Amino acid sequence: MIQLENVTKTYPKASRPSLDNVSVGIEKGEFVFFIGPSGSGKSTIIKLLLKEVAPTSGKVVVNAKDVTSLRSWKIPHFRRSIGCVFQDFRLLPNRTAYENVAFALEVIGKTKAVARRVVPEVLELVGLGGKEHRYPHELSGGEQQRVAVARAFVNRPLILLADEPTGNLDPDTSIEIMRLLDRINRTGTTVVMVTHDSNIVNQMRRRVIEIESGRIVRDQARGVYG
Amino acid sequence: MRVKYVLNEVLVGLWRNVTMTVAMIITMSVSLTMLGASVLMYMQVDRMKTFYYGEIEVSIFLNDDVDDAQRAAIDQAIDSNPLVKEKTYENKEQAFERFKVLWEDSPDFVNSISASSLPESYRVKLSDPEQYADFAKEIEGLPGIRQIIDQRTLLDKVFKIFNSIQVMSLVVAAVMAFAALLLVGNTIQVAAYSKRREVAVMKLVGASNWFIQAPFVLEAVVAGLIGSVLGFVALFIGKVVLLDNKLQALTTILTPIPNGNVWLMLPLLAGVGSLVSAVTAWVTLRFYLKV
Repeated sequence: MIQLENVTKTYPKASRPSLDNVSVGIEKGEFVFFIGPSGSGKSTIIKLLLKEVAPTSGKVVVNAKDVTSLRSWKIPHFRRSIGCVFQDFRLLPNRTAYENVAFALEVIGKTKAVARRVVPEVLELVGLGGKEHRYPHELSGGEQQRVAVARAFVNRPLILLADEPTGNLDPDTSIEIMRLLDRINRTGTTVVMVTHDSNIVNQMRRRVIEIESGRIVRDQARGVYG
Repeated sequence: MRVKYVLNEVLVGLWRNVTMTVAMIITMSVSLTMLGASVLMYMQVDRMKTFYYGEIEVSIFLNDDVDDAQRAAIDQAIDSNPLVKEKTYENKEQAFERFKVLWEDSPDFVNSISASSLPESYRVKLSDPEQYADFAKEIEGLPGIRQIIDQRTLLDKVFKIFNSIQVMSLVVAAVMAFAALLLVGNTIQVAAYSKRREVAVMKLVGASNWFIQAPFVLEAVVAGLIGSVLGFVALFIGKVVLLDNKLQALTTILTPIPNGNVWLMLPLLAGVGSLVSAVTAWVTLRFYLKV
């Protein structure tokens, strides 16, 4: 599903590479944590998978597509198969929970009728039934992140990328979000999560890939934060 | 649905920043008016040239003391010149008759002049008015000629004035166009900034580039179109008020501007206005949206 082959990424003006000759494979339906200290290069992996940045060298394959050679005009369509969740939720403040999720569908060309059918369903799935018409500022942090998860998942992507999704949440809320991601993973969606929340990693007991200074130092099938 | 969404975004965008939109439309319309005026002027000068150059004569004024032999020699020289198409002779009385008609508004002036004080002359039409210099060279040495006047040089002075007016309005059009472009660029930047969250989400969920850019580009195009329509209206009003009424006296010399030519300015201005704003908006987006 996801394949990094000898990937090196050096940002312009950086003294050392963010990722240094990294090779890793992730199978369909896996749940993978990327852990490591700040600046270790774990967020760069997310950016590479979305093709927000291109690798300096090496090959990135997502969904059997070679991302490295993907033409720029094909990127939007490619991204539709990937859902994304971030630490800062990235919701539109002037739209309700329903509208935020529906917006993601409408801008990729789905009709309003499709949105009316699919959006309540996915909001129900993330546990926001009855709160469809609240604005983000009327929701708690955890609820806002649920809206973000709903938006990422509404298009039924093959892969869900989560970049520190619990970074702004208290421990209890974080666990709830993790349960939600786990549920999504059980539908067959591959989940890749970047985090440094040791508590969560230790509870989930999923595959853990630890990165330090741009190199993989550990890859454990049912790991802990360490 | 998507068309409705894009159109809605365009209207919201134009309204969100309405002072900037108005400034953009005004500069755009002034610039396009000047452009239209200068194109009309160009077409007009062209028409006038074909009209007047057919009528152009070379006047050969003779000395008061010219004798018959000299006159015959001049007559002969003109007739045998291959450049000449037509020749008429005007004696002192005929010249005075014409003079009286020309100055009929000021009889005092006419009364102070007698037929004898006007020179007799030949009026020559050349088959190609451009070859005046060649013709003059052969004639001017003959005795009895006081002066040779080429109407073309007079006309060219008039055309030169037209030309400089045209160049001036083109310069104004260019300067205003530059200001309009900066305003379009600025408006698009402001719009892109105020919609940065939407744009970020759209990029994230994989909205196509044209879908992200279309509202911004269309916003500029709509402003450009409004500006061009206003510019056209200004041009039309200017034509009616100035040429057809206030300066009507001038149009007897200027040959009238056909309305068809003025109407032709509408598609021209609309095309230039919308194309230029679309390109400017698109280029600005390249820098500020990084899609």
